[in-house]
Amino acid sequence: MAFQTKNPVIRWIEYRMPIFSFIDHSVGSGYPTPKNLNYWWNFGSLAGVALMIMIATGVLLAMQYTPHVDYAFRSVERIMRDVNYGWLIRYIHMNGASFFFIVVYIHIFRGLYYGSYKAPRELLWMLGLVILLLMMATAFMGYVLPWGQMSFWGATVITNLFSAIPVIGDSIVTWLWGGFSVANPTLNRFFALHYLLPFVILGVVVLHIWALHRFGSNNPLGIDVKGPQDTIPFAPYYTVKDYFGIGVFLIAFAVVIFYLPNYMGHTDNYIEANPLQTPPHIVPEWYFLPFYAMLRAITFNIGIPFTGVVLIEAKLGGVITMFGSILILFLLPWLDTSPVRSAKFRPLYKWFFWVLVADVVMLDYVGSQPPEGIWVPIGQVCTAYYFIHFLILMPLLGKLERPKPLPVSISEPVLKGSGPVGAAATAQPMEKA
Amino acid sequence: MADIAKPAHGGGGDHDGETRRDFLFLAAGAVAAVGAASVAWPLIDSLNPAADVLALASTEADLSPVEVGQSLTVTWRGKPIFIRHRTDKEIEEARAVPLSELPDPETDQARVIKAPWLIMVGICTHLGCVPLGQKPGDPRGEFGGWFCPCHGSQYDTSGRIRKGPAPKNLVVPSYKFDTDTTITIG
Repeated sequence: MAFQTKNPVIRWIEYRMPIFSFIDHSVGSGYPTPKNLNYWWNFGSLAGVALMIMIATGVLLAMQYTPHVDYAFRSVERIMRDVNYGWLIRYIHMNGASFFFIVVYIHIFRGLYYGSYKAPRELLWMLGLVILLLMMATAFMGYVLPWGQMSFWGATVITNLFSAIPVIGDSIVTWLWGGFSVANPTLNRFFALHYLLPFVILGVVVLHIWALHRFGSNNPLGIDVKGPQDTIPFAPYYTVKDYFGIGVFLIAFAVVIFYLPNYMGHTDNYIEANPLQTPPHIVPEWYFLPFYAMLRAITFNIGIPFTGVVLIEAKLGGVITMFGSILILFLLPWLDTSPVRSAKFRPLYKWFFWVLVADVVMLDYVGSQPPEGIWVPIGQVCTAYYFIHFLILMPLLGKLERPKPLPVSISEPVLKGSGPVGAAATAQPMEKA
Repeated sequence: MADIAKPAHGGGGDHDGETRRDFLFLAAGAVAAVGAASVAWPLIDSLNPAADVLALASTEADLSPVEVGQSLTVTWRGKPIFIRHRTDKEIEEARAVPLSELPDPETDQARVIKAPWLIMVGICTHLGCVPLGQKPGDPRGEFGGWFCPCHGSQYDTSGRIRKGPAPKNLVVPSYKFDTDTTITIG
């Protein structure tokens, strides 16, 4: 549907730069969307809202913050006590990070359940993973800025991961630090990058939406749109549904900001950084814990058996495992051999999906515990299962599983009020009446 | 590329499809690549430690107040330096261990200038935490040296890694004795 308006100003601009039709085509009435999207499809736009909240509050915080080791902690305390509504802006930004990750993790698991990563949406999925990696880097560097004990020691531990790289590792760490330990040059560059990366994320979000519009949204049935009878315009049908979701999101967000602002934080970060004393228990924020658990799961060297030759030291093995846990997701569109997208029609995968969810939740808990006793083997089993899921189960399930018959079209089960008819493999594209 | 260039030159195909334009294109591209690379290095190197960071003076430490069995922590280049006045028992234990039992084999003699004085960078070689063991009440781990609370690495009375995820012994910085009781680190 072509963009039309009678407003002379909009028409004047539109003729010279067709930005209004571009917006309408991207997130307006010109974007035909499958008519069966459920509430799990709210989380993409919610992630966009979270990004906007973070950028808006972040810019305001940057106007009050001082990126210097002698003043950083004090300037954050000043924001909390003296700046008008500084406490509110900081609590929004601090908890906004957690909510951004909650929304994005649900968005990713939605994609996993409904097979949104499968052809022809592989690149869309991969761009999403790039956004996730950028978010992690941004969140990590942002956490360093208040210059508390967790800031400092978190930065020390994570930058030291790079020292595991053979031969050049130590030089890389010195380069990252701009010195011989996490210090003022480190804080300065982290601040610069923390301000820069959200705008890089914004750029990749544009690519993500561009790739989305090539084939349109996936849907709970996981079958392709067969014609206009299967779609409704994004605006106003899904914009209004998204607004409702945003309302629910903001209520939950407000409850945390006003009643539990430090629930997801660590008290140690209200102690100023001390390079001579490590806190007894260093824990990253909750959204990094599954990866932290995988990092710590590799407590053994990997070598050639019975020879004592060490190929990969435990430290490097942990780092490879941690980064591998995300990089493996880039290969998922090819590791999953099933032609059926939605788990609704995959009786076995449906269960393994929930086992994976439980596995990641368990890893999150293990990551919060001290690395001793029973938590070490539990973490190792959960880490092994995570990789088994993607490397072994996903390729096998597609071959072993017998999918349920797919509906002929998105409209068909609704309009005829009957169950699925025939298998998708033999289904003909529905002719437009 | 040569195929595209051909029609524009008409008879350019006489020399295996190569043209003067291809040569100029490659030469200009090579100069641009070298230029870009040589500008990239200053930008990358600007993130390395600056001259004032490198010029951080060496640290001097006075050992005279440190009694046998006591420890002292000083700062050098922003890092903690562990100084321990070891007891005879600690030295004996460190020297009695066969090298074959060590993940990172090194004799105790090679790690000290004077046997009672063990001087090390107090940073765990795993992921950079500061191990416990400098204060009297601290946990020292199974080998009576230092214990890293982050990921459970244990060091012996010579600061050598014995158990846990750390791959290397605690680093011994370069230092010298100026007098019997003062040292300069760095």
